[in-house]
Amino acid sequence: MYGILASIVDGVLVGLVYGLAAMGLTLIWGVMDVINLTHGAMIVAGMFALFLIVQAFGVSPYLALPPVLIGGFFAGVLLYWIAVHRMVGRPPLMSLLSTFSVNLVLIGIGTAVWGTALFNVNVSLPGLTVGRYTFPGGHIVAAVLAIVIAAALYAFLHYTRMGKAVRAVANNREAAELVGVPTTRMLAISVGIGVALAGVSGVLIGTLFPFTVLSGDTYELKGFVVTVLGGLGNPVGALLGGVALGLLEGLVAPFAPVSWTLIIEFALFVVVLVAFPTGIFASRRGSL
Amino acid sequence: MLAIVRRPFFWIIALVIAIFVAAPLIGDDVGLRESLILAALYITLASNINLMLGYAGYINFGSIVFYGLGGYICVWLVSAHGWPLGASLIAAGIGVSALALLFGLGILRLRGAFFALATIGVNEGVQAFAENFTPWGGSSGIYMSPAAFKPLGGPAEALWIVYFLMVAVMGLSLYLSYGIKSSKFGLGLLAIGQNEDAAAILGVPTPLYKALVYSASAFLPAMAGGLFFFKSAFIQPSDAFDLTLSTEAIIVAMLGGQGTVTGVALGAYLYEELRGYLLTSETFSHFQLVIAGLLLLVIVLFFPSGLMGWIYSRFPRLQKVLP
Amino acid sequence: MKTVTLVAAATIFAAAAAPAFAADDTITIGFTGSRTGPLNVDSTGQERGYDFWRDEVNAKGGIDVGGKKYKVKFVSYDDQSVGGRVQQLYTRLINQDKAQFLFGPYSSGLVAAAAVISEQYGKIMVDSGGAEEKPFELGNKGLFMVITSASHYLSGAVEALKSKNPHAKVAMVYSDDPFSKTVLAATKEQAKKAGLDVVLDESYAPSTTDFGPIVNKIISSNADAFLGGGHYSDGATLARQMHDQKANMKWISILVAPADDKFAELGDAAAGVTVPSQWELQVNYKPDFGPTTAEFAKAFEAKFKHKADYHAASGYAAGVVLEKAIEKAGSLDPKKVTDALNATDFTTFFGHIKFATDPGHHGLQTEHSMVLAQWQKAKDGKLARQVVWPKAAQSADLIYPINAAAMH
Repeated sequence: MYGILASIVDGVLVGLVYGLAAMGLTLIWGVMDVINLTHGAMIVAGMFALFLIVQAFGVSPYLALPPVLIGGFFAGVLLYWIAVHRMVGRPPLMSLLSTFSVNLVLIGIGTAVWGTALFNVNVSLPGLTVGRYTFPGGHIVAAVLAIVIAAALYAFLHYTRMGKAVRAVANNREAAELVGVPTTRMLAISVGIGVALAGVSGVLIGTLFPFTVLSGDTYELKGFVVTVLGGLGNPVGALLGGVALGLLEGLVAPFAPVSWTLIIEFALFVVVLVAFPTGIFASRRGSL
Repeated sequence: MLAIVRRPFFWIIALVIAIFVAAPLIGDDVGLRESLILAALYITLASNINLMLGYAGYINFGSIVFYGLGGYICVWLVSAHGWPLGASLIAAGIGVSALALLFGLGILRLRGAFFALATIGVNEGVQAFAENFTPWGGSSGIYMSPAAFKPLGGPAEALWIVYFLMVAVMGLSLYLSYGIKSSKFGLGLLAIGQNEDAAAILGVPTPLYKALVYSASAFLPAMAGGLFFFKSAFIQPSDAFDLTLSTEAIIVAMLGGQGTVTGVALGAYLYEELRGYLLTSETFSHFQLVIAGLLLLVIVLFFPSGLMGWIYSRFPRLQKVLP
Repeated sequence: MKTVTLVAAATIFAAAAAPAFAADDTITIGFTGSRTGPLNVDSTGQERGYDFWRDEVNAKGGIDVGGKKYKVKFVSYDDQSVGGRVQQLYTRLINQDKAQFLFGPYSSGLVAAAAVISEQYGKIMVDSGGAEEKPFELGNKGLFMVITSASHYLSGAVEALKSKNPHAKVAMVYSDDPFSKTVLAATKEQAKKAGLDVVLDESYAPSTTDFGPIVNKIISSNADAFLGGGHYSDGATLARQMHDQKANMKWISILVAPADDKFAELGDAAAGVTVPSQWELQVNYKPDFGPTTAEFAKAFEAKFKHKADYHAASGYAAGVVLEKAIEKAGSLDPKKVTDALNATDFTTFFGHIKFATDPGHHGLQTEHSMVLAQWQKAKDGKLARQVVWPKAAQSADLIYPINAAAMH
């Protein structure tokens, strides 16, 4: 019995981080109908930034968050200008392919530099032990930070002028243009935020699990599943979707052979896509 | 349909097939055969993905699932049930097309990016299934014993037979591509690719056409998979459902010119040659991904109609002769 | 006119034959390595082993083939850890690069793929990186495995565990890949025969990143001992998460991962973990010829600035086995070399090597056996691997139970 409870709690904790990992993806998707296939590479970039910063300066891993946030933002803006700007308004196929190609380039450079060796960042924080089960401190901190960042994003989108401008562009780009919103700048900023979020989630994931240059793919796929569950362009939905995914992974283990986890995950993914194209937790598409 | 026989392109395809058959036979060049069989595979995969991508405008990221499933069905029938190769290939083709129809009915309701993602989901799900399905060896896969080559006369002969069959499959893919493009069905697909809602309003039976083309685009890749894994005498889920191959098929179709028959075939051939070179070059094998990515980025940003698009803009008359 | 034609023909023949003469004093060996892709870390060790052997042989002037010395030349490519590429590349090695002999790639899956090609073209392939038996049981003529095969990997661990706790409850959790599944399936039988209680037996997808739910399941099963893992990343993650979640296992045996020096980076999570190894620096077989373990380790480290691990030692052993067989056969003729390989029976610093020759198991290793190594804290607090089983080979006593209380 306690085993199941432990799995549920663990699932929620990890799920919150999955949700954060998906938030960048869903934001960009919601604002400009572009699926950022470099998302995985950006998560990996965050992981490696964490590793390099901790190794070079020996500081607490969480201090890597601010530089990654800022660096990620600028990387995102750069990405916008290289691969996305010309694709806005064109068929989605094009932006899929352009971001995909940038992803290939980034992963290719990554494997050329770091190979596929495993990297590990040791985070030793006191955990919470209940009975025989322990919830590692790192998991708890990561989950809390995920919620904090999500809340900050929500506040930005709903209570700041720039955030409202972003939502306006997401809602109806032409109308926003007409009322004087600098749409191109808002689009660039959105991609910047989206990539920053990906990087930051990479940092947090790096504190939980070991990683390689190729780890991004798994989290990107999970990001898609979460986005589909939580609804396009809906950051709060992403968090909830992440929790749902984490719960699913945690709940399969006590009841079924662990190897079924992936099958169930993907079956659910396809079913939800077909049955709820706008996501289970979604409000209308296009509104953030 | 018979009018096609009078078109020059029909004979151009026949010539290409003849070259593929004759070239390695001259001088019994096994090395050339091995590199041409790969080219034939890429042409097959790219031409079939073009049906969805270039004609109907739907990206099938997970198209490799047809190839992998076809491989599994064929190898399983041959090794576990002793079926002859020919029958196993046909069973694989029909089986996978039928499954595609089934899956398609579900996911073809989705548009654009959703559909693309769903195809990935289908591929990953099928791979996870194959890894747990014991009759198919689970994650270890199926090992075919060398005895399976005996009915074909031993490994050396079998490799030649497999090669000719693959060339046949490639030829059929090219003819299928061309045939569809020249038909009313193809016109309907192109309309869907331009603007699906408008096409529906104008009377194109969109759900039916989409399902048909999705299923059709599964048949020949399934056979190609069956041939390839029979030749390899060994199939496991991580190889059978490797998204890299379907990704490359998309790149190739874009490179050559999506929506054209010649472009896709040309792109496939050129890409395979480039890849073969990159594979063995010490300096570049690390950068294969980087180069492929840069290539794609440049094409998408500056040459969205691919190689063929560029050629058509220089020689507009070719558009009729080399569709 | 006729004379001119004859002379021309003779010149052409001579010219055509000349390159054949020039190529005569090298032996070309082909193989692929996983220089990129997930198998990169382990494959590198194996390739270094091959290189070390080649340099040693060529320094002596080459392999002695019936009185004439032939230098060894390698042709190798990066298979990127992908099975499809392996087959293309081995086909190329045989047809275009004219490799006369082949070494295997790294990992059971890739070796199986290469084996098909090797057999299709009637070549000899020496395998030092793939332990799964299945490819060898399909009826082959030219495959030879120098390392201990998969079903024997954990037999030593089971014996050692039984000696410390005859009624231990065992949890088996392993990667869903051909190698790990074969090892653990055989281990389950061995554990049952030894009277141990297998309370959990599950596999996970190789791409699993979060082992939290799995570790909880292990805790819930009340197991004393853990056997499992797969390759490097999952093994390392499992060790770390079992430690973070305080699973408090009394015994942990993980495949492959802990055999790598990098494993020490896990710190306390690594302490006490045991790993079956094909060879360790402390192993002390008396070789019939060639360097001792100490000599090999020293020369290897001097050359590569990196400690030798069992991948390197087995790669080197593959070379030695082929070298001795060619010398014995006195010829490069595949049939003669195969016969010589079938008759192999000697001991090097790597261990005793002998191959099975019956058609149903041809090429499987019959004499070489695994040792069990354990990560232990030295007096200065630094972690190092010690050989703890079999007793005859041990360099330190086995520590049991390994949970926190016993380690500090």
